[in-house]
Amino acid sequence: MTASDTIPPQGPAPMAPQVSRATVLWRRFRRNRAAVLGLILFVAVVLMALLADVIAPGDPLSRTGMPLVWPFTEAANPLGTDQLGRSILAGIVHGARVTLMVGVVATVISIAIGVVIGAVAGYFGGWVDDVLMRVTDAFQTIPSFVLLLTLVAIYGSSIENIILAIGVVSWTAPARMVRAEFMALRQREFVDAARNLGVSTPAIIFREILPNALPPVIVFASVVMATSILMETALAFLNLGDPNYASWGNMIGQGRAALRTAWFCAVIPGVVILLTVLSFSLMGEGMNDALNPRQKK
Amino acid sequence: MGIHLPPVLAFALRRLLQAVPVILLIMIGSFLLLKLTPGDTVDALVGDMGGADPAFVARLRAEYGLDQPVLVQMWRYLSKLAMFDFGWSYVYEQPVSTVLLDRLGTTLLLMASSLSIAFVCGVSLGAFAARRAYSLTDNVISTLGLVFYAMPSFFLALLMILLFSVKLGWLPVGGVATIGAFYTGWDKVADTAMHMVMPTMALSLIYLAFYMRLMRTSVLEVSDLDFVRTARAKGASPSRVMFHHIMRNALLPVVTLLGLQFSTVLGGSVVIETIFSLPGLGQLAYTSVVKRDLNTLLGIIFLCSIIVVIVNFLTDLVYAWLDRRIDLK
Repeated sequence: MTASDTIPPQGPAPMAPQVSRATVLWRRFRRNRAAVLGLILFVAVVLMALLADVIAPGDPLSRTGMPLVWPFTEAANPLGTDQLGRSILAGIVHGARVTLMVGVVATVISIAIGVVIGAVAGYFGGWVDDVLMRVTDAFQTIPSFVLLLTLVAIYGSSIENIILAIGVVSWTAPARMVRAEFMALRQREFVDAARNLGVSTPAIIFREILPNALPPVIVFASVVMATSILMETALAFLNLGDPNYASWGNMIGQGRAALRTAWFCAVIPGVVILLTVLSFSLMGEGMNDALNPRQKK
Repeated sequence: MGIHLPPVLAFALRRLLQAVPVILLIMIGSFLLLKLTPGDTVDALVGDMGGADPAFVARLRAEYGLDQPVLVQMWRYLSKLAMFDFGWSYVYEQPVSTVLLDRLGTTLLLMASSLSIAFVCGVSLGAFAARRAYSLTDNVISTLGLVFYAMPSFFLALLMILLFSVKLGWLPVGGVATIGAFYTGWDKVADTAMHMVMPTMALSLIYLAFYMRLMRTSVLEVSDLDFVRTARAKGASPSRVMFHHIMRNALLPVVTLLGLQFSTVLGGSVVIETIFSLPGLGQLAYTSVVKRDLNTLLGIIFLCSIIVVIVNFLTDLVYAWLDRRIDLK
């Protein structure tokens, strides 16, 4: 590969090179077989979420059969039922919606907060940087899961509050990352050029520097997504989640009571969480290979 | 300053001073959280009593200082926090600080055992995998690392309970001591250790995976550096090169991560302590959420932050000791 395809295009580029850039990225991503496996798993989770109403129509929290039916014994409940007689398959596919929503929205919130704070701190430096970094330190010092519990205890455990709270407790690492990139980039010639052309400060931050600072943050988003999902499932496992939605964590929490006799109630959703989180880390590595090809041998 | 401190100590003290504004911010933050909560202490008290007349409520407010300007209230709150006075827990009918101190030991024991296992096993497995990079052993270790990394700790805990307690009957399901046994001396130590095996494993495996992956990369990177080749050329034995030259330098990023992640591990203890019913700070946090005991929750946040600051101070010292090149100014 040549050096030119590692430099992101500045501003609107002609159509042809953009297409080839996407192809190049895909080719590099594809080279990592584990990443492709991650992508397949991720697509499977997305399909479950999209087709939830087709696979298991109706409310996933309502009874569909006798309690504690074993998997693969009944056509109506292919993955069995829990101790209240609710279909485990329905819980899994509808839970995929909640999990993906929490993962995506909480990640967007945390990356957005992180980008703004990191960009401002890194670009301006000085006392602005000092103040923002002490705030970041404070958020990093408090155990995030304890802060999450406190926020949920104060503002209630509706799904919106949970998503917002997860975003609020997980922005510190992206902020540090963006700050480091900005500190490295703000002295570069293209930034000086933009400043001399009279481009406004917000435009320099968001249109000139940010696109160049984003690739590592995009890779890191897969980590944030994985931890957001783990936080939501842990909350739901502790029975502190939103009771109006089917959630994988909650299924495990309920299944715990029947662990002795019907272990499948907890193990099926557990394996699904494991595979979902695994898909994010595998894809993250593939994206890292694609976006920073020079980092690895 | 006329006193000459050893540079490492001076460096560590400077880092400790930097933590002061952070702690102050956390104190202000918890005051704001308390203020932004719908309803105050008096509302809760009056609610418990089943209502009271307005004059009595006003008198209560004055007694608790809730009629003062916000800044005065904040000043009072901060000075009380600085004395480790977290207020009264209406759930436990005790001062919050007493409740916290009762629970601190269990959590510290869990932290110490989990982190030492995660660190020692992670570092050795990572170094081992790096020495045989791209072999079958390396692939098996790395794949296991990926799986542990993606495994929710509560699911791992349930699987272990299913295997070791329900099926095999080897380990106790929960608690910190056998009820009614009243062991003393070494029997007590052995009993506690048996109870800590599963919580420690459940909490440490994910971090073990973290340290292992980082150590593997780090060893691979350091092995390519010039000083390693020099050491080999001078005739140092492979094990000396590994332990003395490579590992010592490869440990640096792992130690940094250990300090950075400590607060996450402390957060993870909430789930683990709740599952295994260990009477520690994490379980206390969970019951405080369920019972809406906000004073206790904020006390836990403050105490945990102090612990995190102390651990970061210790990792700074270890870091400075490992890497003599570090600029102590």
